[in-house]
Amino acid sequence: MSKLLVIGETRDGSLRNVTFEAIAAAKKIDSDGEVVGVLCGNGELESQANEMVYYGADRVIAIKHDNLKTYTSEGFGQAIMAVINDESPAAIVMGHTAIGKDLTPKIASKLEAGLISDATDIEVDGDKVVFTRPIYSGKAFEKKIITSDITFVTVRPNNITAFDRDESRTGEISSKDVEVTDIRTVIKDVIRKVSEGVDLSEAKVIVAGGRGVKSEDGFKPLQELADLLGGAVGASRGACDAEYCDYSLQIGQTGKVVTPDLYIACGISGAIQHLAGMSNSKVIVAINKDPEANIFNVADYGIVGDLFEVVPMLIEEIKKIK
Amino acid sequence: MNIYVLLKKTFDTEEKIAVTNGQIEDDGAEFIINPYDEYAVEEAIVQRDEHGGEVTVVTVGDEDSEKQLRTALAMGADKAVLINTEDDLDEGDQYTTAKILEAYFEDKDADLILAGNVAIDEASGQVGPRLAELLGIPYVTTITGLKIDGETVSIDKDVEGDVEKVETSLPVLVTCQQGLNDPRYPSLPGIMKAKKKPLEELEIDDLDLDEDELEPKTKTVDIFLPPEKEAGKVLEGELQDQVQELVSLLKNEAKVL
Repeated sequence: MSKLLVIGETRDGSLRNVTFEAIAAAKKIDSDGEVVGVLCGNGELESQANEMVYYGADRVIAIKHDNLKTYTSEGFGQAIMAVINDESPAAIVMGHTAIGKDLTPKIASKLEAGLISDATDIEVDGDKVVFTRPIYSGKAFEKKIITSDITFVTVRPNNITAFDRDESRTGEISSKDVEVTDIRTVIKDVIRKVSEGVDLSEAKVIVAGGRGVKSEDGFKPLQELADLLGGAVGASRGACDAEYCDYSLQIGQTGKVVTPDLYIACGISGAIQHLAGMSNSKVIVAINKDPEANIFNVADYGIVGDLFEVVPMLIEEIKKIK
Repeated sequence: MNIYVLLKKTFDTEEKIAVTNGQIEDDGAEFIINPYDEYAVEEAIVQRDEHGGEVTVVTVGDEDSEKQLRTALAMGADKAVLINTEDDLDEGDQYTTAKILEAYFEDKDADLILAGNVAIDEASGQVGPRLAELLGIPYVTTITGLKIDGETVSIDKDVEGDVEKVETSLPVLVTCQQGLNDPRYPSLPGIMKAKKKPLEELEIDDLDLDEDELEPKTKTVDIFLPPEKEAGKVLEGELQDQVQELVSLLKNEAKVL
């Protein structure tokens, strides 16, 4: 049976949802394969390993080392390479997150392997595994295959459906000792700027603001709506350039490309660069004073009106049904 | 300091994308420096002005990339290198590009290599880290701040909105994120000077590489456009009623609440 390695990722001690999606992705690559999860850290990894099993991993390898306390490509790279050498997986799958983007090219380079970044779909066509991925920030898509021996892919959050959590599933959890040395990039400190809560790239609901938000304070009702819906706040480039919010919130051709279930665009005109970053969202709501705004061309539902009137009303209405 | 920038030309962000026979239509399209690579060019110039040395901008691409290299020279880079693969490579991927750059950098003694964190066309973000790995130097991706003091390099790294303070040493490869700087526009004297700056053109044969080393590891089998979004429903009536209708539609029709 071929082995499918899924690299797990934690944030604040919990596994990220995209790890569960990566497990489902591995099963799409080979439905008969054995899913081997791998986790790196310096503390307790047992509960996260169990979670991976509940979501479909057949067994999990936990690597603990003081040098794996925070992610570095060098530390995690050494640990994961040791597992790859042991297991000789047929496929490696990870989420296309900050860590996934940083780590996987290093491993692919070491393996002299092809790597498909940011896949949104996986199909098996005969003996070929075909990956779909957005290009030009979602203005187009390409289908790609890997011609080297190992199938290696990162999957975009929110696109491949995870299996249902099943606590009755069991799997072996083993630990592995690995030498982790010579870390040349040292993390001295982490400054948390993102408020607790939902990461933009994984959010199921995004409430985004544009120039129409007018000020930093103007984002407050948007944040309230996002909190109510368990979502995250995003922004257009216009809002970032005007310093209403941090660039880390920017959605668009430069900035993040997102595909939430629900995208609520408030005071966003809908420049082509912004549309590239969000038009593949499942449901789009546009709120804008200008009935001619381009955003209405991609919106499923539109309200022509002042966001400072509409958003508070929306909050009240949603509270009624919650 | 020996500073290098990896630069790629991309479609202008204003461009609509058309596909013919499974290929992106590029006739008549406007091309620009990949926006994230512009941050790299700007940062290279700033670091050179502070620490001395020379900025060389390197592209793996086709003849048309000369235009974007000239723009980088006009911004203030000192030299440009175009590794023209048009005649030698039918298809490349991130693996082949990194291999070509590895061969180029073999004898270069680079102190600092800067690249965009991602290109807005293919958007894999692989070439920088792959190259660093091949060269055996550390890398830090998505940087928003860079301070060099002797051999010590202090970096602000964007991690999905949080900032990691990273310390490393030269030589290092970094990939640039929005927020690092404000790229300058080329000045008129800059544009005039750029015409006289050296732009070296190399081909695969000029590098120490076997052709079979450049076999890509991935293959594109199709390119297509996403289904056109149908124009949606703009609600009407009193604002309060519209909001009520919206919530009802989101709950019952779209089923997202």
